[in-house]
Amino acid sequence: MKLTLNVWRQAARGAAGDFERHEAGNISPDMSFLDMLDLVNEKITCGGGEPIAFEHDCREGICGSCGMMINGIPHGPNKLTTACQLHMRSFADGDELWVEPWRADAFPVLRDLVVDRTPFDRIIEAGGYISVRTGSAPEANATLVRKPDADKAFDAAACIGCGACVAACPNASAMLFTAAKAAHLSYLPQGQAERGSRALSMVTAHDEEGFGNCTNHGACQEACPKGISVRYIARLNRDLVRAVLSGVGMDQESSAGE
Amino acid sequence: MELNPRVPEGPIAEKWSRRRFEMKLVNPANKRKYEVIVVGTGLAGASAAATMGELGYRVRAFTFHDSARRAHSIAAQGGINAAKNYQADGDSIQRLFKDTVKGGDFRSREANVYRLAELSLNIIDQAVAQGVPFAREYGGHLANRSFGGAQVSRTFYARGQTGQQLLLGAYQALERQVAAGTVKLHTRAEMLDVVVAGGRARGIVIRDLVSGKIEGVAADAVVLATGGYANAFFLSTNAKACNVTAIWRAHRRGAGFANPCFTQIHPTCIPLSGEYQSKLTLMSESLRNDGRIWVPKKKGDDRRPSEIPEEERDYYLERMYPSFGNLSPRDIASRRAKEMVDAGHGVGPLRNGVYLDFRDVIERAGRRTVSDRYENLFAMYEKITGEDPFEVPMRIYPAPHYTMGGLWVDYDLMTTIPGLFAIGEANFSDHGANRLGASALMQGLADGYFVAPLTVGNYLADAPRSGTGPDDGSFRAAVGEVEALQDRLLSVNGSRTVDSYHQELGRLMWDQCGMSRNEAGLREAVGRIPELREEFWKNVRVPGSAGTLNQSLEKAGRVADFLEFAEVICRDALARNESCGAHYREEHTTEDGEARRDDDNFAHAAVWEWRGSGTEPLRHTEPLDFAEVPLARRSYK
Repeated sequence: MKLTLNVWRQAARGAAGDFERHEAGNISPDMSFLDMLDLVNEKITCGGGEPIAFEHDCREGICGSCGMMINGIPHGPNKLTTACQLHMRSFADGDELWVEPWRADAFPVLRDLVVDRTPFDRIIEAGGYISVRTGSAPEANATLVRKPDADKAFDAAACIGCGACVAACPNASAMLFTAAKAAHLSYLPQGQAERGSRALSMVTAHDEEGFGNCTNHGACQEACPKGISVRYIARLNRDLVRAVLSGVGMDQESSAGE
Repeated sequence: MELNPRVPEGPIAEKWSRRRFEMKLVNPANKRKYEVIVVGTGLAGASAAATMGELGYRVRAFTFHDSARRAHSIAAQGGINAAKNYQADGDSIQRLFKDTVKGGDFRSREANVYRLAELSLNIIDQAVAQGVPFAREYGGHLANRSFGGAQVSRTFYARGQTGQQLLLGAYQALERQVAAGTVKLHTRAEMLDVVVAGGRARGIVIRDLVSGKIEGVAADAVVLATGGYANAFFLSTNAKACNVTAIWRAHRRGAGFANPCFTQIHPTCIPLSGEYQSKLTLMSESLRNDGRIWVPKKKGDDRRPSEIPEEERDYYLERMYPSFGNLSPRDIASRRAKEMVDAGHGVGPLRNGVYLDFRDVIERAGRRTVSDRYENLFAMYEKITGEDPFEVPMRIYPAPHYTMGGLWVDYDLMTTIPGLFAIGEANFSDHGANRLGASALMQGLADGYFVAPLTVGNYLADAPRSGTGPDDGSFRAAVGEVEALQDRLLSVNGSRTVDSYHQELGRLMWDQCGMSRNEAGLREAVGRIPELREEFWKNVRVPGSAGTLNQSLEKAGRVADFLEFAEVICRDALARNESCGAHYREEHTTEDGEARRDDDNFAHAAVWEWRGSGTEPLRHTEPLDFAEVPLARRSYK
């Protein structure tokens, strides 16, 4: 196969960027999209240029490192598929492709297709955990979890933090990511004590990082390579309202001041 | 090089409690005076950093990823072992211990393995408390399954994403400490050297992967949790960024490197589909619980699998190992698959695989059950190959996977450099010559949550405070060396890419030091690797500059290290004149093709000492004692 690629090139954060055109030949339909970019990069390097910077690691669809807009769609045209698991048999010989980084104010471009996703870590830092001491814990089977709850928690926990939801959202909102994390813990008995304060602090952090609001477009769910449902956003919103109405935030403030 | 394993006296079941009692403690008020560096934030690193932060030390954690959640631990699929005996099928700490020693083909240190089995119980408790969504029975209790090399169901799992869920648990614990201010997390920071001053590890040198800035970071102790080195083979199941640089550079500063030739070849990977391929994808070993492995009896049989009748199929593992069958340990399952393919029974377009067939379990248990167990693995397989495992059997073939070798550590997980610790896959201690399924996650978390936080504390209680800082001579010298290496890489400006060297090295390693090795091949590799290294330094092309995000430069440094390290792997394989576990020397086999150990001469860990570029390294040994699990031939028949 032969393809024409238009790839976003940007030397550094804040630098001007533009599309660069590359002809990619000798493409096998069994190659992954990233194998194909490797091949293009070998050619660029041998020709004296600087290869296209992109993030990738496990190439098994689980680490969440890779991610790019391919023809305007996060991770490309296939449903439930990360860029590393997208294979060239999904394209036709002669296709012209546009490859861009995630675009969101909260995710500044660092170089070419590489963006800074640390705001996700700071949302977790704000409360996306259960406050248990490391190194001591009660016997595991002393906490029973209903199988349906464990399954729902797992469905939410399957988020790989790639950022496709943000890239797909017209508001660049990260509510699907935030909600998935909060929902994972909210379905488990261990997560109940901090459920309200967690919702409040994570959503506050989300807003402070500069992500937009959720206006129910649902584009995030469409783009999510792990099939995370927007229902979790509704669940997070309910938790949030309940927390605000029951004064969870105020309790926290007062106890923090003691 | 002194190799004192410092194993506590007394009965094996009491060694860890005894050591914990003997340890010196650091007064809680003094803990905050100590700085500890943790490099790597996978299961071992994140859990160690979180726990030490929680204990009160000032911790600085480093990862070259953009987030601590991306470490390769995340890709572990199958599960984590623990001797909980929830199934009441006769499991116990003693049995997990014995299985692990035996599975490692009697080349691990008994005392460490016993502690691992003991701590396995606490790991599950810890993970559940953190909200790791393990599989559950309808009654709400934790579910288990069995795994290769074991006859009990002791593996805890979260669908096919156990590694991800356990890592997220550890990552969340880490982020909690970041919020609490006890851990300072540095992302996109690659460790490029260890600073040793006054005979102790005093810090590291890092490169900021965005700005390119190189700097020294001082601390009172350094913990390396930087994973394994199977990417020496280029094609492996490891994530692309996995490398040997951190532990190799520690080795060059004086840390002994143990058993580098013990590289596990995992039996269930998707076969190579073409030359361009950048890595191999692992299908979880858990599939072997229900999948049946077979090849056509007739060589070169190109009928579709469904057209090959039952009597013309060879379920070779079930035939050769009736008591373990498809759950035979990894080294055995891998070797037998290679034999079948080499003998012309391979399947698939390149005839480079064997079938892993789910037909029978789908008939027996139903599509729904099979889907519940393995849905994401099936989907992943279909994405990569374009074939649906519900309709046609999977094709699998062995590939380099986990590395049992690593930095030599004593019982406290300290290397031969005082103050430098190595945990998880970065050390050599628990798996001997072969790792059993579902025990990598176990070791990472046992080391990180429960062992290192105490043993590092014990070291700090006794060690003189650092007093050195990034402005001292040893730091400036190390920074200078790292900068010089980088400048040298950028200035070669030759005509071959970094990847092309990595590929060539990988092919050589796979051919001469892969699933089976022999003296002639290893001698050839030991001769060829220095030539390739020399050529690399004359003709590699590393584009771009040092002061920017430069992925070619990152790779170049790692490949330069692989080019030195690969030679030690081959020397180690050459010196070990026996077959054991993953190390299969063709000269040392039994009549029926099984590995033949030589316990009289090789019941030891081989530890290599660096003596400079171009100088042959020295081989030392730590004798291994098998008092609890008597030396016996491994038999899975």
